[in-house]
Amino acid sequence: MTIMEPRKHGDASDGTVGGRQTRFEGNLKVTGGATYALEYPVEGLAYAILVQSTIPAGRVVSVDAEKALAAPGVLMVLTPDDDMGLLVASDWGGNRPENQPYYPLPRQVQYNGQSIAAVVAESREQAVEAARLICITYEQTPHVASFNDTAAGEGKVMDNLTSGWGDAEAALADAPVQIEGEYSTPREYHVAMEPHGLTVKWDGDQITVWEPSQWSHGMARSYSEWFGIPYENVRLISPFIGGGFGSKGAALAHGAVAAFASRKLGRPVKLALTRPQNFTNYGGRAATRQRIKIGATEDGILQAIVHRGASETSTYADWPEQTGAATPILYKVENFSSQHRVVPVNAVTPGALRGPGKNPSAFGIESAMEELAYKLGMDPLELRLKNYADHDYQSGKPWSTRRLREALTEGAEAFGWSKRSHEPRSMRDGNQLIGWGIGCGTFPVIQAPSEAMIRILGNGRVEVVSGAIDMGQGTYTILAQTAAEVFGIPVDQVEVHLGDSRLPGAAIAGGSMLAGSILGAVHKAATAARDELIGLALNDEKSPLRDTGANTLTFSGGRIAAPRDQGPSLTLSELMAALGRDEIEILRNTLPEGATAQEQHQAWTSMAKVQGPTMGEYSMHSWCAHFAEVRVDEDFGTVRVSRIVSAFDCGRLYNPRLVESQWRGGIIMGIGQALLEEGLVDQRNGRTVNGNMGDYLVPTNADVPHIEVISVGVPDYGASALGGKGVGEVGIVGVAPAIANAVFHATGKRVRDLPITLEKLI
Amino acid sequence: MRDFSYYRASSADEARHAALQSGAMLLAGGTTLLDLAKCGVMEPETVVDITHLPGLGRITVDAGGATIGALAKMGEVADHAGIRAAFPAVSESLSLAASAQLRNMATIGGNLLQRTRCSYFREPDVFPACHKRNPGSGCSALGGVTRNHAVLGTSDTCIASYPGDLAVALVAFDAVVELGGRTISVDDFFLTPGNTPERETVLERGEMITAITVPASAAAKNSTYLKVRDRQSYEFAAASAAVGLEFEADGRTVRDIRVALGGVATKPWRARNVEQALTGKVLSPETVEVASRLAMEGAVSHGANHYKIELAPRVVARAILKVGGLV
Ligand SMILES: Cc1cc2nc3c(=O)[nH]c(=O)nc-3n(C[C@H](O)[C@H](O)[C@H](O)COP(=O)(O)OP(=O)(O)OC[C@H]3O[C@@H](n4cnc5c(N)ncnc54)[C@H](O)[C@@H]3O)c2cc1C
Ligand code: SF4
Repeated sequence: MTIMEPRKHGDASDGTVGGRQTRFEGNLKVTGGATYALEYPVEGLAYAILVQSTIPAGRVVSVDAEKALAAPGVLMVLTPDDDMGLLVASDWGGNRPENQPYYPLPRQVQYNGQSIAAVVAESREQAVEAARLICITYEQTPHVASFNDTAAGEGKVMDNLTSGWGDAEAALADAPVQIEGEYSTPREYHVAMEPHGLTVKWDGDQITVWEPSQWSHGMARSYSEWFGIPYENVRLISPFIGGGFGSKGAALAHGAVAAFASRKLGRPVKLALTRPQNFTNYGGRAATRQRIKIGATEDGILQAIVHRGASETSTYADWPEQTGAATPILYKVENFSSQHRVVPVNAVTPGALRGPGKNPSAFGIESAMEELAYKLGMDPLELRLKNYADHDYQSGKPWSTRRLREALTEGAEAFGWSKRSHEPRSMRDGNQLIGWGIGCGTFPVIQAPSEAMIRILGNGRVEVVSGAIDMGQGTYTILAQTAAEVFGIPVDQVEVHLGDSRLPGAAIAGGSMLAGSILGAVHKAATAARDELIGLALNDEKSPLRDTGANTLTFSGGRIAAPRDQGPSLTLSELMAALGRDEIEILRNTLPEGATAQEQHQAWTSMAKVQGPTMGEYSMHSWCAHFAEVRVDEDFGTVRVSRIVSAFDCGRLYNPRLVESQWRGGIIMGIGQALLEEGLVDQRNGRTVNGNMGDYLVPTNADVPHIEVISVGVPDYGASALGGKGVGEVGIVGVAPAIANAVFHATGKRVRDLPITLEKLI
Repeated sequence: MRDFSYYRASSADEARHAALQSGAMLLAGGTTLLDLAKCGVMEPETVVDITHLPGLGRITVDAGGATIGALAKMGEVADHAGIRAAFPAVSESLSLAASAQLRNMATIGGNLLQRTRCSYFREPDVFPACHKRNPGSGCSALGGVTRNHAVLGTSDTCIASYPGDLAVALVAFDAVVELGGRTISVDDFFLTPGNTPERETVLERGEMITAITVPASAAAKNSTYLKVRDRQSYEFAAASAAVGLEFEADGRTVRDIRVALGGVATKPWRARNVEQALTGKVLSPETVEVASRLAMEGAVSHGANHYKIELAPRVVARAILKVGGLV
């Protein structure tokens, strides 16, 4: 039976950097050949499940597990009474407290839904059934359900996020036109298709962990530190990931529980989080609120921006969702002041979710800019262009590249913005009000050192080997394209091995930094391997190319030859055979020359060596402008997005097809954020009551309109070795305000708190 | 999920007999039963699989009306040409429900008996208080997150809404549930919670739905199902209306009108007061708007579901205007 027609790969240029090569591992995924973490066929598995707190704050006094232990198939029950002997692992920055014990099942209850016990049994069903027999006694203490709770207070100022220049308050007071608004976003969740979970197995003091990971090396480090074993003893395997969106960058408590259980039982253990546990075992995007005041002249020149923001965090860690992240850099403003607070509440510590910081920040400033435009009676596009930032006023540095003006003007052109009528409620189609809105977005270019290995094999195939991961964003594909280009061979002559902490180190797939970081290393290693081959081919006496007299060789069309047709041409395998070589293997990294082993380890397993967007000469960012059209049924308050045009400046695109699909994915998530997504918290016990996919709504295909994406970027060699900037995060940034602005244009109603559900419009 | 035994019934009598045992539950498409078993809400000791019973999946439509076998799939009924012609509201209520995958699994009998989406009902470990699950234990929804709860037909003990779509269309057109031994109108089949929210229908242990019959009528032929929700697809109704209309010969005076509401009440809700207010009247946007507001007579909100009182009459009005040819 033929499952599908062989795919056509477009023209030959697809196999080079910048070509539209289809997804390298696509066939494996759609035919079920890609093995995900919970699918590894490991013999003799035991199954672990988690038991979670049903109170928001307090202490576990006792856990009565007697009945559970007697239930059929039960092997073990873990509770806060078990000292697992683990130690706290390093934080993101690689800092680690000395000898501090780590309790993945803590006695102290900090939020409703926290894991406090685990049951391990011969089958998952037996474990689940036994868990219901466990009786937990708590000592409950007062809780803070959310930052809207009166008991929450104002929280604490994050000094490192305070920023300002000029005299914002005074300039605001003097400004003839002023607007002020408070904007808020609720708790939002990753809802990756593949839930979290792992399979884990010990062999002596060696551990293998099959777990979806955005960072195989960073997570391997956590396991080694928890269990006090050498880093080399941990192998974390994660070749395919069903979406992460920021949630799979760190090892989590359930991983420690499964690994401990496995060691104690002497058996491999599988632990799969249920879908509801994917809402409580790790944090989504924190709820935020921000007050923005803008002062401007009567002709719309910004005079001052004053921003005061806050986000929820947990009672046990500070995670700021930085509401002032985009505010200082989108527009030219001489007087600026921003401050951000975190407010501890009884919830799981929030985490990074697509476009962290920039995303809620853009919702605030981009809504406020349109409010100002309407106050001035000015076209919101004109207002944005009028206040175009010629450089980064926050760092004082020039932009590496910034084509936001082109994004705005070319996006407007493609959208047909000039046909807009300015007045709210002035565009209509039957029962439906039509509105248009703009939202700009940005995300910084960050990078980390990475390492890659290239192997040229005797059979002429080229292997790219890296511990970097691919969660669908396209790492396999662009690494194959890079190697194919360097060696002048078709993409299908390249093999790519990823997602294993034993392989060369790489940056986290987060903050849109992986492609820029790992491509640099792969390109360097591939070029070095090619140089080595050229050296051998020109000097080795067995080489047929030796006598050409050339001082270099060309690699193209799958053949290697001297320039200008002097002498023979050979394929890679013919040349390797002639040289009598089975393999040429080259390892290169992008650390400074002479980095020690210790520095290398630190580079792959912590964020300590990450280069921020303004650490060099330039201020480096990706930019975008979204144009949204909505149709609002005024009687029902229902909003449907009917059209989106988005123009992006992400520098050079390594593979436009995959980039476009990342942008579209971000835009679709933005539609969800604008209209549907909201964790609903029961204030009485701090529980999120819609933590499942039936009740926490994300867009369906029917909610996704035609999306046109446009690239206006130019190669930015200040930002990365190959000229690209980040593409994954920026797509969502600015979508929600574009939709909220369109809703205002349609209805005359300004919704400042997301999501824009129907009751807010009727 | 607790272990249960599985029993495949080969005749209707055998199924009824098996269902008499304590802890036995009928299994049709399983999309409600297994879901709630995994949530720890339904705890069958035996599931009695009725999907292999012969003859129960038949759909017939003739001049008198439609007979839909209990095992007919949601998707089959939605797509049935005879149903679409004679009962557009019934077909639409199904095609707007759930997802394609669910509609291919789920049966009409099971669909009527789907349970509420009240979050508190669905999470026993965290919210032990729920009169519907455990009579006398309390109601966690009161004072909680109530955006999807009912505003009509509620009681002090329970405010859970009936989430289904099909039953709303059925109740508008006087459909009848066939229980083998007896028949009962869909309207009487469902109960409001009163003091016994655990009793949602008149179905007795050991009884089985065998079919649903819907009498043909001019109003049913000129009908629609309008479902309003935040998400375009795959979401339960924030408010919905099934409406059918027959004019007098003048083409503007109402001879027969049927109105039922979904997403807002504790059972599929027939709005007879709206029907009475419009019968014999000339249909106009003004009369429709005024009459539609009657649908909310006696409505009580609990916090976040207040919007339904405003929304539902608008949905009713739009649906009436649509079948009246006025929008
Ligand atoms: C994610 C999701 C979204 C949904 N969205 C919608 C929606 O938008 N609109 C909507 O209307 N519905 C929706 N549903 C509900 C869905 O329509 C029902 O789950 C389905 O119709 C139930 O049919 P079934 O055959 O699977 O029933 P089962 O799960 O097999 O049975 C349900 C109940 O009925 C009993 N039963 C079944 N057949 C009979 C019979 N013949 N006689 C007596 N008792 C019987 C069973 O014992 C059980 O108690 C949704 C469901 C899910 C899971
Ligand atoms: S509304 Fe009804 S179903 Fe929901 S918690 Fe209260 S009693 Fe239970």
